[in-house]
Amino acid sequence: MNASQARRSTPLPIGVLAAIGIAFIGAPIAALLIRAPWSDVLDQLSSSGAWTALRLSIIVSLAAAGLSFVLGAPVAWVLARGAIPGRAFVRALVILPLVLPPVVGGVGLLAALGRSGVVGRWLDAAGIQLTFTIWGAIVATTFVAIPLVILATESGLRSLDPRFERAAAAMGASRWYVLRRVTIPLLRPQLAAGLVLAWARALGEFGATITFAGNLAGRTQTLPLAVYQARQTDPGAAIIVSLILVVLSLLVLVTMRDRIFAR
Amino acid sequence: MTLSVGLWITRGELQIHADFDADEGTTVALLGPNGAGKSTVVDCLAGLTDPDDGWISLNHETWIDVPTGRFTPPEERSVGVVFQTGLLFPHLSANENVAFPLRARGVPTPRARERAGALLGRLGFPADRADARPGELSGGEAQRVALGRALIHEPRLLLLDEPTTSLDVRARSELRPLIRSILAGFAGVRVLVTHDPVEAMTLADLIVVLEHGRVTQRGTPDEFRNAPRTSYVADLVGVNLFAGRLEPSGDGAGRVVTPGGDVIVAWPGTLPGVALDDVLAVLRPADVSLHVAEPEGSARNVLHGTIAEIAIEGERARVRLHSAPPIVAEVTRGSVDRLGLREGGAVWASFKAVEVRLIVP
Repeated sequence: MNASQARRSTPLPIGVLAAIGIAFIGAPIAALLIRAPWSDVLDQLSSSGAWTALRLSIIVSLAAAGLSFVLGAPVAWVLARGAIPGRAFVRALVILPLVLPPVVGGVGLLAALGRSGVVGRWLDAAGIQLTFTIWGAIVATTFVAIPLVILATESGLRSLDPRFERAAAAMGASRWYVLRRVTIPLLRPQLAAGLVLAWARALGEFGATITFAGNLAGRTQTLPLAVYQARQTDPGAAIIVSLILVVLSLLVLVTMRDRIFAR
Repeated sequence: MTLSVGLWITRGELQIHADFDADEGTTVALLGPNGAGKSTVVDCLAGLTDPDDGWISLNHETWIDVPTGRFTPPEERSVGVVFQTGLLFPHLSANENVAFPLRARGVPTPRARERAGALLGRLGFPADRADARPGELSGGEAQRVALGRALIHEPRLLLLDEPTTSLDVRARSELRPLIRSILAGFAGVRVLVTHDPVEAMTLADLIVVLEHGRVTQRGTPDEFRNAPRTSYVADLVGVNLFAGRLEPSGDGAGRVVTPGGDVIVAWPGTLPGVALDDVLAVLRPADVSLHVAEPEGSARNVLHGTIAEIAIEGERARVRLHSAPPIVAEVTRGSVDRLGLREGGAVWASFKAVEVRLIVP
């Protein structure tokens, strides 16, 4: 069935519920636009530290997406193809950050990498501090975003016809060459989807970041944290900063939509 | 002998056992119905899958030998394959697909691309389509790319798995002469997998028939034409085959008793006059006459039945009868009209005892 046929035959109850669903999602966004203090938007932007938070958010989310990709794709490869003991348990473990409240992730990261944490005390002795730094914000965000790369890549690897890679080997390609010229190119849609979803998740990250890296303007205060802080003092500024996040997210989703969803 | 193959593989319900040898410069046709295990044998030869037991060696180089555990990784085997499902890399252009085996062996990109372009040209692939992806190619173009990718690195073994099956009639007739000349010009061992008897009979030096995972017959095309061993092979080469017990019936004649009915034959002078089991009787369809009324005359075999199928091939027509035993007759197209033959209609068939050739175990 093609799209136009599908469009013609929407039953009424589904249409009504779908309309309510779209309105439900759209209403808060519309309300943000209605309630925004448009008259002094420029003053608000410059005084609320929104630009600093935006710059920080972009750096942290891109770095977290990159780190998620570099570590997450190999995890997916091992889960899909490696001979690892307790595969089901390992898979559940690495997907856990998706289900856990991010604040729990933040507490866990503090226990592991905080100044007196299990690993953190060694880092501290070596002069490396993650908490209350931009590095801490990146680590906390990566923790939350990495399952999305793992899920997308593993499902891609599982749906990949293994005969392409075996045929490449029969043509004289080494394992590394097969990976580089066949496996990764064939996985590109799933890798791109994982990367973008991880980036989107990283952009909105709040709980783990504020717990592990704190809320320091100019150092760890990303856009969501800036919204949270502005909310307590200046609701108008909170709306303006929220709208920046809306525009940024929408921009990426629209430009990437063919790559990710139209498969 | 340069290629030596002996394979035992279990695929679900199917138990496959195939073994054959072939010399350099010869073509082996692996012939059989769909689902007989042909592609699994190809996958083993290409290194895509490993047999449960057995061996493959080429020019005294052991590719796999399960009993001794010797094994050559697929990327070190000198083999070129055209896969039945194509398996062209969807993300690479036509030229890049053909260049792939060279690139994988470390040939620099410009040199590999140049050689791929030259080979594609020789294969009749349009030069302006070199940058098209496999998804944009016609069936005939895609098969030329697949052939190029199999040949570019000059392998010692060439595997063609149903190279024309996925094509429409026109593309197939265009590609056949090309495949013929590629096979003739290829110096190493050629293995052609097909379910098309015409391809096997015209292209191969040795035919190996695989049915239900077993080799049921092997030999040259001439041997197949003269002495088919199973009804599948007989069907393929277009002759009638009756298998059963030969019994003497007096005055220089005998009868072959088959489950489907008896056939009267001339008793071979070289045989003692006693019954013999597992005899094959071969009858060419052109030696069968068809009649609308019960025929009179010297023919010892007279059958009555209904017409199951009439297949027109040019000026000839093959008429398949529900009779005892079932039989195929080949008559001219004019006879079909003159006798008013139609599917489902009743007809008489006759043939002489001396036309039936006996193959005695």
